[in-house]
Amino acid sequence: MTKSSEPELVIRAKGLRKTYGDFVAVAGIDFEVKRGEAFGLLGPNGAGKSTTMRMITSTLQRTEGELTILGKDPDKFGPEIRAHLGVVPQQDNLDRQLTVWENILVYGRYFGLSRKFLKNKIEELLAFAQLEEKRNVKSEELSGGMKRRLTIARGLVNEPEILLLDEPTTGLDPQARHVLWDRLFRLKELGVTLVLTTHYMDEAEQLCDRLIVMDKGQIMAEGSPAQLIKDYSSKEVLEVRFGSAGNSNAAKKLQKVGDRIEVLPDRILIYSSNGEKVLEQLTKMGLKPVTSLVRRSSLEDVFLRLTGRTLVD
Amino acid sequence: MSFINAAITLAERRSGKFGSSIFAGRPGTVAERNLRTLRSSSGLTFAAGFVEPVLFLIAFGYGVGGMVGTITDHGKTISYAAYIMPALLATSAMNGAIFDSTWNVYFKMQFAKLYQGMLATSLGTLDVALGEIGWAMFRGFVYAIGFVTVVGALGLLPSFGGALLAIAAAGIVAFAFASIGMGITSYVKSFQQLDMVTFLLLPMFLFSGTLFPLSIFPEWAQVLINALPLRQAIDLVRDCMNLNLSWSLLGHVSYFAVMIIGGLFFTTRRLTALFLR
Repeated sequence: MTKSSEPELVIRAKGLRKTYGDFVAVAGIDFEVKRGEAFGLLGPNGAGKSTTMRMITSTLQRTEGELTILGKDPDKFGPEIRAHLGVVPQQDNLDRQLTVWENILVYGRYFGLSRKFLKNKIEELLAFAQLEEKRNVKSEELSGGMKRRLTIARGLVNEPEILLLDEPTTGLDPQARHVLWDRLFRLKELGVTLVLTTHYMDEAEQLCDRLIVMDKGQIMAEGSPAQLIKDYSSKEVLEVRFGSAGNSNAAKKLQKVGDRIEVLPDRILIYSSNGEKVLEQLTKMGLKPVTSLVRRSSLEDVFLRLTGRTLVD
Repeated sequence: MSFINAAITLAERRSGKFGSSIFAGRPGTVAERNLRTLRSSSGLTFAAGFVEPVLFLIAFGYGVGGMVGTITDHGKTISYAAYIMPALLATSAMNGAIFDSTWNVYFKMQFAKLYQGMLATSLGTLDVALGEIGWAMFRGFVYAIGFVTVVGALGLLPSFGGALLAIAAAGIVAFAFASIGMGITSYVKSFQQLDMVTFLLLPMFLFSGTLFPLSIFPEWAQVLINALPLRQAIDLVRDCMNLNLSWSLLGHVSYFAVMIIGGLFFTTRRLTALFLR
C-alpha cells in the first residue's frame, strides 16, 4: 500500500514504440494508468491498440522507449509481472479439449496455485461468470458470450491487480455485452484496475474513467469521455440526410450554420449547443432534409474531429 | 482489497534467480493439463502407436524368424525374435515421443493457440518446453513399458534386470526424441513439412540395424548409419537388455544428452520468438 495521497501508477509508458521492419505499429506514445481506474485505448482497427496491449501483457517486446508495469520492466520480468495480470485476449484461446471447470483449474495451476485454493476459487468464478450450470461442458460447446465470460473468469483466477481486456465485447450480441459490462463494473468496484481496448464508442463511454484515442500508432487525445467530448465536440449534434445526390449541395449552404459541420457520404453532421434551434434555422433557409436527428455528442464525434474519419467503417 | 496473493508470492520467490525470465519452475502443470485431456479423449489414439512395434515383433519375429532361425550376436546364439526385440523397444519409445512432440505439438501451437494462453500466465517458455517434452517422453516411456510387458508374456526377455535397465534406457531415448521432435516442430510452418519429418522416420527404422545386422552394408554406409539417433538408441537398448555393459554406453548417453539439451534450447528460443517478441 502506498502512503502518499497520490494514486499509485501501475503502468507507465514513455516514448513506447514498436516497429516491424519499416512498419510502425506504435509510434512512441506516453501514458500512465493509475491503480483502480478503468483505462481505455480507443481507436479503429490497426491503430496500434492490440500491439500496445500485448506490450503491457509482457508478451511482446517493445522496440524503443520505457515501459514499467508495477514498477518492473516487462522485458526482464515477464513471468513475475504476469503473475499480477489477468489477460483476456481478443481471440478466445480456451482449452477446447477441457471442460469449463477444468479450463479454470488448469489455468490456475499454470500460476502455481494449489488445488485446494482453486476448488473454492473456481466456484466463486463460475458464479461470477454465470456458468455454474455449464461446469462440465466442454468449452468448445459454449456460445460466444459464454466463451468470453469463461475467458474473463479464467483471467481472474490469480486474483489479478490489473485486468487487460482486448476488444472484450467484439462479436457479442447486445444482451451478452450488457451482461459483460455489468461484470466488469463489479470488478472495478472491487478495486481491480481495468485496461481495455475497444473500437466501440458506447463501450468506452460506459466503462472507462479515462481513455486515450489512438490512430495510426499515435495518441490523438487523452482524457475522460466527458472531458474529451467537451474539448473536441459540441454539446449536441444534428444529423441530417438529403439523399446521396443532395448532400453535397446542401453542405455548401450549411457552411455558416452551427459551430462546425462534417460531411459524411450518407449524412451531414452539424455541431452546436442546441440542435433543435439549428433544425429550425434550416427550415427557415428552405432546406428540407429527408431525415433529421438531434442527439448528444459522443466519442464518435471526437474521433471524427480528431482524424477526419469515422471509427467503424 | 489486498492484492498480495498466492500467484504473486510464488512468482516472486524466483525473482532475480538465474533464468527467471524463461523459467518459473512449473513444467509439471503443463503435463498435468495433458493428463486431463487424456482422460477425456479415447484411448484408441494413444494405443495406436504402441501396437505398431508389437505387430512388427509378431510378423517379423515369428513370421520371418521362422525362416531365419537363429542369429549369433556378441557370441551368443539367440532366436531372430529375441534379436529384433530390443530394436523394436527402442522404436516404440521413439514413436511415442515423436508422435506427441510433432503432430500434437503442432496442433496445439498452430490451431489450439494453447501456448499463447499458457504464456499469458506466469509460466515461462522453458516451463512450456519442458512440460510438453516431458509429456512426450512419458508417452514414449509408457509405450516402452507396454512393449516390454508383451515381450515378457511371450517369454522373450533374457533377464529381469536387463529388462529394467532397457526400460530406463528407453526413457532416455524417449526424452531425446521428444526434445528434438518439439525443437523441429516449433520451426515447422506447414503440415507438408511435418509430413517430411514423419517420412524420414521410416527409412531410419528400416536401415538402422532393426531387422538385420549392419554388417551387410559397406563400411561407409555403416559409419553414416551409426550417426543416426535410432541406431544409437537401438545399440543402447540392446546392450542394456542383454546386460552387455561397457563404457561405450556412456557414448550413447552423451549422444542423447546433446539431443535433449539442443532440443530444449531451440524449443525455448523458438517459443520466445513466436509468443514473447
